[in-house]
Amino acid sequence: MTARIGVVTFPGSLDDRDAQRAIRLAGAQPIALWHGDTALRGVDAVILPGGFSYGDYLRGGAIARFAPVMESLVDAARGGLPVLGICNGFQILCESHLLPGALTRNAHLHFRRRAQGLRVENTSSAFTAHFDAGQEIVIPVKNGEGRFVADERTLDELEGEGRVVFRYVDGNPSGAMRDIAGISNAAGNVVGMMPHPEHAVEALTGPSVDGLGLFTSVIAHLGQAAVGAGS
Amino acid sequence: MTGTQPADRTESFDELDTVDVASKTPDEPQPYAELGLRDDEYAKIRDILGRRPTGSELAMYSIMWSEHCSYKSSKVHLKKFSEKNPRTDRMLAGIGENAGVVQITEDLAVTFKVESHNHPSYVEPHQGAATGVGGIVRDILAMGARPVAVMDALRFGDAEHPDTKRVLPGVVSGISFYGNCLGLPNIGGEVVFDPSYQGNPLVNALSVGVLPVSRLQNKNASGLGNVVVLLGQKTGKDGIGGVSVLASATFEDGDTDNRPSVQVGDPFVEKLLIESCLEMYDAELVVGIQDLGGAGLTCALSETAAAAGMGMYVDLDRVPLREASMEAHEVLASESQERMLLIVSPDKVGEVLAVADKWGVLATAIGQVTDTGRLIINWHGQTVVDCPPGSLADDGPVYNRPMKEPNDRALIAADRAETLPRPSTDEELRATVLNMAGSPNLADKTWITEQYDNMVGGNTALSMPDDAGVLRLDATGAVAPGTGPVGIALSTDGNGRFTRLDPYTGAQLALAEAYRNVAVTGATPIAASDCLNFGSPEDPHVMWQFAQAVEGLAEGCAQLNIPITGGNVSFYNQTGMTAIHPTPVVAVLGVLDDVRRRVPMGFDNDGDVIVLLGETYAELSGSEWAWSQHGHLGGIPPAVDLAGEQALAAVMRRAAEVEHVSAAHDLSDGGLAQALVESVLRNKVGARIKLPDHADPFVWLFAESTARALVCIPRGHEKAFGALCEEHDVPWTPLGIVDSSAGGLEVVDHFSISTAELAEASEGTLPRLFG
Repeated sequence: MTARIGVVTFPGSLDDRDAQRAIRLAGAQPIALWHGDTALRGVDAVILPGGFSYGDYLRGGAIARFAPVMESLVDAARGGLPVLGICNGFQILCESHLLPGALTRNAHLHFRRRAQGLRVENTSSAFTAHFDAGQEIVIPVKNGEGRFVADERTLDELEGEGRVVFRYVDGNPSGAMRDIAGISNAAGNVVGMMPHPEHAVEALTGPSVDGLGLFTSVIAHLGQAAVGAGS
Repeated sequence: MTGTQPADRTESFDELDTVDVASKTPDEPQPYAELGLRDDEYAKIRDILGRRPTGSELAMYSIMWSEHCSYKSSKVHLKKFSEKNPRTDRMLAGIGENAGVVQITEDLAVTFKVESHNHPSYVEPHQGAATGVGGIVRDILAMGARPVAVMDALRFGDAEHPDTKRVLPGVVSGISFYGNCLGLPNIGGEVVFDPSYQGNPLVNALSVGVLPVSRLQNKNASGLGNVVVLLGQKTGKDGIGGVSVLASATFEDGDTDNRPSVQVGDPFVEKLLIESCLEMYDAELVVGIQDLGGAGLTCALSETAAAAGMGMYVDLDRVPLREASMEAHEVLASESQERMLLIVSPDKVGEVLAVADKWGVLATAIGQVTDTGRLIINWHGQTVVDCPPGSLADDGPVYNRPMKEPNDRALIAADRAETLPRPSTDEELRATVLNMAGSPNLADKTWITEQYDNMVGGNTALSMPDDAGVLRLDATGAVAPGTGPVGIALSTDGNGRFTRLDPYTGAQLALAEAYRNVAVTGATPIAASDCLNFGSPEDPHVMWQFAQAVEGLAEGCAQLNIPITGGNVSFYNQTGMTAIHPTPVVAVLGVLDDVRRRVPMGFDNDGDVIVLLGETYAELSGSEWAWSQHGHLGGIPPAVDLAGEQALAAVMRRAAEVEHVSAAHDLSDGGLAQALVESVLRNKVGARIKLPDHADPFVWLFAESTARALVCIPRGHEKAFGALCEEHDVPWTPLGIVDSSAGGLEVVDHFSISTAELAEASEGTLPRLFG
């Protein structure tokens, strides 16, 4: 059965249609979810897309975390629903305390966009099984507030538990602590990352097609979960 | 969300200048001169109204009859565009609409336009540039299109000047902030430095949108009894007098007292405005629509009513205000951002308000369409405006301003760059290539472009530094079998130095370069738009430059067989008595039947044969070499060869279709040398170049002859490509091969420069100046 993957649109979401396209290209069915609606419409996984939800007023993700859809999403994520937060979506996951740490203004104070080298550090999350550990991939990054920060203890914990999913290589675009580009929760079903895998899914438009791996990984993960559940 | 009534209007009713009061007090002195109106213009207003105007009416006429809104100095010349435009079935909307609309496929059309926001961007660079983007995007939205990309053509003063360090980073951050938050990829543009723009930078913003042909909107306030709805931001005191004060007068030295005339933008609200308007279009809820830009409500109300030949009644008290203390004329003149005016049939008003509410956008019914033929506006229950809307929108003054050819033309023409000292040794040639690669105009612009999102929307197939921005149109990927997804290509170009030397030729050279930039991607150029940046029209020399440039552009478009779909005129770009270089910026739109065949610019595949298309002449006047190495501007600009441009485009189109070409880059500023440098640096892949035996290496490297491009031909395609060139009568010269083992740019028998050294020269300049 085709996996149903939800993409939440907040007011100010910008890469929502791009996430839907990536899901379609990976072979799953994108389902539009609306910020003001608590219904998750029976989706098997959720993408929180990039953009400037609620204008990023106050701080990126700070208002979105109070959206009605997030109430049901936070519960579902704690129950094991795979959730990928991209850029603004990562900020929302941190603000929702599904992931630790915070994303602050880039150290150089500019918005920066480039094709970015990443190393896949963790292949056991719900979104990275199709990569090899240590594999280097190219995914675009584009943000003004993408500098991952956390206290030393949290950083040690993330590294100790293998929860750093992606690390920047060939330069750190934001001054992120320990070159962290993406992390997961302890269970591995919630992943947040600043780079945009949905913009690396077609040779025509992306610097690579490496981003597809995240979407095919979660589709495979959902298939296995279904088998594991004996269905 | 209607009925947001201000709690407290502090203005005294006794002082309100109503139509009644105006009729009874004909001799009341009025500050028309301060508002920029001439004696005869004021007399004409009294004549139209049969009485003196009220304060509100006077404010409305002064802004609608300003240069910016009325095109009073340019109108007589701009009609040449309509007269000479080639006929085409593609044009669905043209000159005079919010933006021109061009049909691309049976179902899809594209709309694009460039507009200036020069003066605001000097006064307050960040907000000035940001709201420039916001304004042009609303023009595109008003045509029924989803805006899909922006571009920006920027000109600043000397790169080393301290004020450029204030203006450039602010402009870039403003464009970045607004465009990125709006979710529009920035796919191209230009950055040029020249002292002539020191006190008057140019910020020209382009937006392009896509619409189903059936969704085309108009600005007519038609249908008696239809409701006038104001959608978007509350109206505040920002931007009052933007068009009359800022855009229609000359800057004095160091004049930044006009800061309150600059609008303040909120891209988040604009994003919601876009989504709500598109949803309303698709549900067919809108009869007519107009964006609020320059001249705010005044312009939108009068233009929509005039376009339909109807009347309109507006209850101005219903306009949601940011400040309760605003007066009627301020509400009418405010240029608060992110607002649209909708004309809605009464039975659809509920649905319109519901869509607005869904997106969290304020929507308010403020009036209705009448059959009186008059625009009547009430404030506090009394009539403060009662005039024919056409008298504001269409019947402004038209001037045939005096023109005079500058006295120094012959002198400038005689001062040729071809006679300047040239590098004579190989070592000097090498040093010149490097020095020019690092000069601000030619240096790598990543410091700027990496602040822009170029990929949001997921349809960007090429963007800067490629020659043109290329977008896939069909976002759904639903394509008929056997065909590819359709794409469009866009480029903006202008050359103030060439236009200064000869405005007719300079305008055509700008057109030719934009046309060529689109063509080298494999696209077929189909339409053009322009943004004409000039000094004061009251200066006969400037007016002569303007007329010449328009003539050249109109004639050039006729010869290239692409229509001008609309444009923008920006006058008064001068500081004191000194005008900027006349700078027509031309945007050309092209179409790719299969966007997957688009041709990128960089060297990539070892063994590809590098071929130069076109003829090289000793044309150095106005060139980047003359300017960057000698600070020289004189002589006659390179010859225009529009037939050559068309032939080049035909070759490129066919070669791209059958994959005879793997990369292509147009030759323009800096000539062949700079094209080679950029082609090497794009993918950091080197090349071995051998100039023809008869060639003067200096001329071949630095001349800026037109109708030329550098192309890469995959091995095995050389013969077929050569035959194609001969078929179209395009001169072609094999120059060398792409070769990563060269380690950079090697010009055999002369010099070689490593990729690292080129990169250091080219990529270090902007970070050093602005980082």
